[in-house]
Amino acid sequence: MRLELTPRLDPSPLARVLAPIAAFMVAFVLAGGVVWLLGRSPLAALQVYVIGPLSDPWALQELVVKATPLALIALGLSYCFRANLWNIGAEGQYVMGAVLGGWLALATHGTDAGPWVWPAMLLLGVLGGALYGLLPAMLRVRFGVSEILVSLMLVYVAQLTLDYLVRGPWRDPKGFNFPQSVTFDPAATLPLLGAGRIHLGAVFAVLAVLATAFVLGRTLFGYRLRVTGEAPRAARFGGFDSGATTLAVFAISGGLAGLAGIVEVSGQIGQLQPTISPGYGFTAITVAFLGRLHPFGILAASLAVGLTFIGGESAQILLKLPLDLTTAFQGLLLLCVLCADALVSYRLRLVRRGGGS
Amino acid sequence: MTHRLLGLAAALALALGVGPASAQQKLKVGFIYVGPVGDHGWSYQHDQGRKAIERELGARVETTFVESVPEADSERAIEGLARTGHGLIFTTSFGFMEPTLRVARRYPNVKFEHATGIKRAANVATYAAKFHEGRYIIGQIAGKMTKTGIIGYVGAFPIPEVVAGINSYFLGAQSVNPNVKIKVVWVNSWYDPAKEADAAKALLDQGVDVLAQHTDSPAPLQQAEARGKLGFGQASDMERFAPKAQLTAIVDDWSGYYVQRAKAVLDGTWKSEDTWGGLASGMVKMAPYKNMPDDVKKLAEETEAAIKAGRLNPFKCPVFKQDGSEVECKGNGALSDEQVLGMNFYVKGIDDRLPQ
Amino acid sequence: MTAFEAILLTIVTASTPLLIAAMGELVAERSGVLNLGVEGMMAMGAACGFAAAVTFDSTIIGIAVGVLAGTAMAGLFALAVLGLAANQVGSGLALTIFGLGLSGLIGAPFVGARRDPVSPLAIPGLTDLPGVGRLMFGQDAFVYFSLALTVAVALFLGRSRSGLTLRAIGENHASAHALGLPVLRTRLLALLFGGACAGLAGVYLSLIYTRFWSPGMTAGRGWIALALVVFAAWRPAYALIGAYLFGTATVLQLHAQAGQIGLPAQLLSAAPYVATILALVLLSLGRGRAIGAPGSLGQPFVPER
Repeated sequence: MRLELTPRLDPSPLARVLAPIAAFMVAFVLAGGVVWLLGRSPLAALQVYVIGPLSDPWALQELVVKATPLALIALGLSYCFRANLWNIGAEGQYVMGAVLGGWLALATHGTDAGPWVWPAMLLLGVLGGALYGLLPAMLRVRFGVSEILVSLMLVYVAQLTLDYLVRGPWRDPKGFNFPQSVTFDPAATLPLLGAGRIHLGAVFAVLAVLATAFVLGRTLFGYRLRVTGEAPRAARFGGFDSGATTLAVFAISGGLAGLAGIVEVSGQIGQLQPTISPGYGFTAITVAFLGRLHPFGILAASLAVGLTFIGGESAQILLKLPLDLTTAFQGLLLLCVLCADALVSYRLRLVRRGGGS
Repeated sequence: MTHRLLGLAAALALALGVGPASAQQKLKVGFIYVGPVGDHGWSYQHDQGRKAIERELGARVETTFVESVPEADSERAIEGLARTGHGLIFTTSFGFMEPTLRVARRYPNVKFEHATGIKRAANVATYAAKFHEGRYIIGQIAGKMTKTGIIGYVGAFPIPEVVAGINSYFLGAQSVNPNVKIKVVWVNSWYDPAKEADAAKALLDQGVDVLAQHTDSPAPLQQAEARGKLGFGQASDMERFAPKAQLTAIVDDWSGYYVQRAKAVLDGTWKSEDTWGGLASGMVKMAPYKNMPDDVKKLAEETEAAIKAGRLNPFKCPVFKQDGSEVECKGNGALSDEQVLGMNFYVKGIDDRLPQ
Repeated sequence: MTAFEAILLTIVTASTPLLIAAMGELVAERSGVLNLGVEGMMAMGAACGFAAAVTFDSTIIGIAVGVLAGTAMAGLFALAVLGLAANQVGSGLALTIFGLGLSGLIGAPFVGARRDPVSPLAIPGLTDLPGVGRLMFGQDAFVYFSLALTVAVALFLGRSRSGLTLRAIGENHASAHALGLPVLRTRLLALLFGGACAGLAGVYLSLIYTRFWSPGMTAGRGWIALALVVFAAWRPAYALIGAYLFGTATVLQLHAQAGQIGLPAQLLSAAPYVATILALVLLSLGRGRAIGAPGSLGQPFVPER
């Protein structure tokens, strides 16, 4: 017996929506098995991971804070992935956005520069991410070098650059030599929404979702993107320049990652440190796939993945379940989502040996 | 494998068995670790302190830890502990400073203890250990034991705590061996066993025969063992990883401090203060002196006793910088605590450039 | 042993796990499958291998279990990308995340355990030869195995009939399928081989290199192995050179410090990554557009009927 795949000619739209949800449930069942193996009640874990955070205003607020950078980066990645370009270096673009934007915060530190500082920082953040994202794109267009590896290698380079800056030239002179910059002035800090920890970045994430939906649905560029992704050769015959598309999607993707970086630094952390991301750039890849590269899907997925982080911490605190369980679950979830995706596109049949070709 | 897993599960279930029903009267003590509890080094030793609280205070306390918390994203984890009824929270890495202070402002009734920090508040105390005291002792041992006259140091990051450790190590070596040379390699990580091993090999290849480290895994010490050279354990007693190579180890012992602070909260006598404990307070301990001749062992024990009694300070004045200029003596016959905590220069005789 | 010999020895041991993992991935990619899960498979190999070696007090069993763990992870990946034609980039990434997490769960009870060193090979007479003795005849068995593996892979891909089949499938799976070549079966075997190699590289880290297990101890070496495959333009001989260059760069960076060259440590740490990017560009300049990437790399294959 063996498995055989046949493409579905018209995958049902309902199945497309239900697939990620089904994948989520399968991943939960599998993770529940592991929890059971560890000698805990899977139901208690479900309560702590999902129901607890969702029924607690504080956790919901933290969820929005956590989902903001994930959504911004994943939206950018969706442009690349739709064009069949694999930018896996969003982490580096995030860092470079934070570096360029953070530079302005440090340059204006201690001066009475007005409230124009943080908007300018955001612009520089977008610019920094976009320029850094263009590097692998240009190498690909000009030299045919794999964008996957170049973007990944550049992550390390970006992290080391930030590391060098905060340990060297940008170190807080009064900070006992510890590797961190001065804390940003109020003019360089992103305004908060209300009394909690949610900052303006959440608004940008929502705006980015709407903008992406508009671009993909209503513009020629969005149409071109979908065509390039589905049939690169057709796009070439159609007169589209795939080189220009490559540059464009990497610039957008890098720009949004850079925005996420500067938003996180000026809204959340409040200073530059050697590490400013717990791997958002990589987790966002999960988010992009989980959201099926659709803007509203990504918004939902960023909240869902954010929930696994918040729930994972509650599980450590309340159930003393190890952090590795959360990591394993995230990997499993992504795998399930991709398999579910494939099952929507293909019909799976068991064939007896000798049957088929 | 299954057997192991079940054993683990049973142990965990037992730990959970202390029912939450009586939680109201109990003090819940929370810990935030920067690394995994299994790092054998920094976080592992803090977790030993947590276990000591459970052991000593038994039914009066309940402890929780959150491990591998990224410093840039730690505020939520800290607040997560604060809002689940934890009355005392230890945040055990320098990078948790600003988040700890921010959460502390929102939870004035919760007591916070921030390790290696420099900022306090009414409900935030700070504590650290004078590891450089131990490093002076191992420096003397290294100075005595080296045959090539070159001793080595695997450093994590060139921050003051590590730089002070290197200086103290070198001053100790120089005090018994005026011609000794030191080589330093930075791995830019607190914890990357393979890279630490590579760094150790690089040092050994360059003629180093006694190796000290300020990174958290036993890998450098193991390399010394494999090459038949000598070394020192870091943070915990690493003898089982290198029985023939480990001369001694500088052991971080947080148990006494943690138990004392938890008791203070229970008794209502907790105050925000800065504690900088060394050999005398037992926060820094030396593992048994082994693999060395009796005269070296005697020297080490005498130095340890002298430091404990306050007769010897590794940074006693005069201290000279690399260019030969004398460092202003702001303490009482030695450099002040602030000068040590902010140390950003190598002492005279270290033939290397401090990365800036 | 002179300092120079000692440095060479260090370089060889630092390069070996990279070479083994890269060789496995190279075969998988030549068959047309991009597996970004090398890091996860290595982590599982390191954790499971160490756990088994401690439990049964046997290095051999440890190595076998590590290899099996890597292979099993590759099997999971194959199920997704071959069985269901799921996206390869995403699935590989998922495999890495999953492997890092699961290896942490499996290894946790073994934190603090240690193994005795495995003694290096000693051939009487030869090992004590001045100059090259230690270097050529005093390494641990893994080093020799990794070199033999490189030769074997090179011969297999270049000279054997099955190697030709594998390459044909990687170049163009549609026409290979039309010719009646077993696309999915070949890719499955190539993936499993890649997983076995990654598992072996992982075991090398936990049983030989450091001799203890710790969470996240692979520290990005799986990603470097992936980069090496591209760097090598999918050729085993170049992968050997690449692995040793990378090993040399990481080791010499530490030596440059101990030898007191006043450069920022970060610059030296970044050098291998920048060098890889430059090498990719130079390779493409030297050879025009196509830098030897298998034509069907990364594309799902669904046989048409």
